[in-house]
Amino acid sequence: MPVRNKVIQIIADQAMLEVSDVSGDKSLGDLGIDSLGLVESIFAIEEEFDIQVPFNANEPENSEFDISSVDAVIKAVEGLVADQAA
Amino acid sequence: MKRVAITGAGTINALGHDVPATMEAMREGRCGIGPLDIRDVDRLSVKIGGQVRGYEETGHFNRQQIALYDRFTQFALLSAGQAIEQSGLEFSGELAARSGVVLGTSGGGLSTQDENYRAVYEAGKNRVHPFVVPKLMNNAAASHVSMQWNLKGPSFTVATACASSNHAMGQAFHMIRSGMTKAMVTGGSESMLCFGGVKAWEGLRVMSKDACRPFSATRNGMVQGEGAGVFVFEEMEHAKRRGAEILAEVVGFAMTSDAADIVMPSKQGAARAIRGAVQDGRVDPARVGYVNAHGTGTAANDKTECAAVADAFGAHADDLLISSTKSMHGHLIGGTGAVELLACIMALRDGVVAPTIGYEEHDPECALDVVPNEAREAKIDVALSNAFAFGGLNAVLALQGV
Repeated sequence: MPVRNKVIQIIADQAMLEVSDVSGDKSLGDLGIDSLGLVESIFAIEEEFDIQVPFNANEPENSEFDISSVDAVIKAVEGLVADQAA
Repeated sequence: MKRVAITGAGTINALGHDVPATMEAMREGRCGIGPLDIRDVDRLSVKIGGQVRGYEETGHFNRQQIALYDRFTQFALLSAGQAIEQSGLEFSGELAARSGVVLGTSGGGLSTQDENYRAVYEAGKNRVHPFVVPKLMNNAAASHVSMQWNLKGPSFTVATACASSNHAMGQAFHMIRSGMTKAMVTGGSESMLCFGGVKAWEGLRVMSKDACRPFSATRNGMVQGEGAGVFVFEEMEHAKRRGAEILAEVVGFAMTSDAADIVMPSKQGAARAIRGAVQDGRVDPARVGYVNAHGTGTAANDKTECAAVADAFGAHADDLLISSTKSMHGHLIGGTGAVELLACIMALRDGVVAPTIGYEEHDPECALDVVPNEAREAKIDVALSNAFAFGGLNAVLALQGV
């Protein structure tokens, strides 16, 4: 399964939505994921891809990891996975 | 209603191994936070903490005692010893029967759990030491203090995460005020700086990797500490009759529950506790000159706490001083309120308000006088100590000078 589908699955599980309801332009907040849910999603992503996601809940906007939308998260995860393979 | 005096204080924490050393560090704005020296620190992403340094358990306890005393119990016993010796009280007969121990802790014997889980899971051992249970139990510290000092009255342990020791001291205060007890040994102890203890906090993504900078716009999270603070609370007339030195008077206490979120703090819940403590002490809010903040250095706590203080005090919030000593000793979790009460006593008794160190940049959401970086001389009449725990449980104590 490509990274995109796996990330969407993780977000859908967290938001308790169908995969088809998770569109790329939505923010995690739009999907009903709060700060604790965000931390849990990042943990699930780290476990799924065996990567370290640089994210501090105190300064989410300053993190290197872009969480502004589902597409942004996918892109960031793809980058981390590629870095790891390199 | 009886009045309640504090007639003894003891501590061990990252700033010092007793009260004078701790207060000196607070006056000087010294930082006790540094690189963690614990097993497997290389597998942690958070590698700093307010660790108690220069401490050898064998310097204080014999082999049999160490077999029973987790580090959190050791810290509690050392602090209780200092406090009781300062108070000059000897517990026997009727006084012993009407004096007890109420201590706060969150993790209890967490290091003991950590070590023994390693033994059975990692090392594959099928046998653990016979004292694991009495060593790790959360009430071990309170029980050993009771045993060592013959305290036979109401004794138990309170666990409300980061508010544990304030809730504990609140119970002790209520018991003396109501006439149930004459004296109480109370405070809190914590020793969570082991691999599992830090790893668990790491997971929540609220920890700073470099420093604790409460109220500063540049803050990026909390830093764990360890240690204990223990006090002797005593019925005021009893203390006066025997000519005891009174460090401060406990006048009010309030506790509230946010009933809202398991980790996010609430302005309303915090403000109700602050207002409640002031009202419980029948104190004119304008007399409150210092608030020892919960001030964890997280984005969420500090702005919520400042909003709560502003809400509770109105215009007077701009006149009072508020500081977070966690910037120096770290967050002692279940023991934190007890060590922080020392800053309140120092403000009331010595007229010196401990600073918030590490302060770099003004945050408009924390626009109070946070005593940045340097201690300040001020005459303080009434001081509050805030504690707001995960789980939305808030506990605030009000003290006045003598």
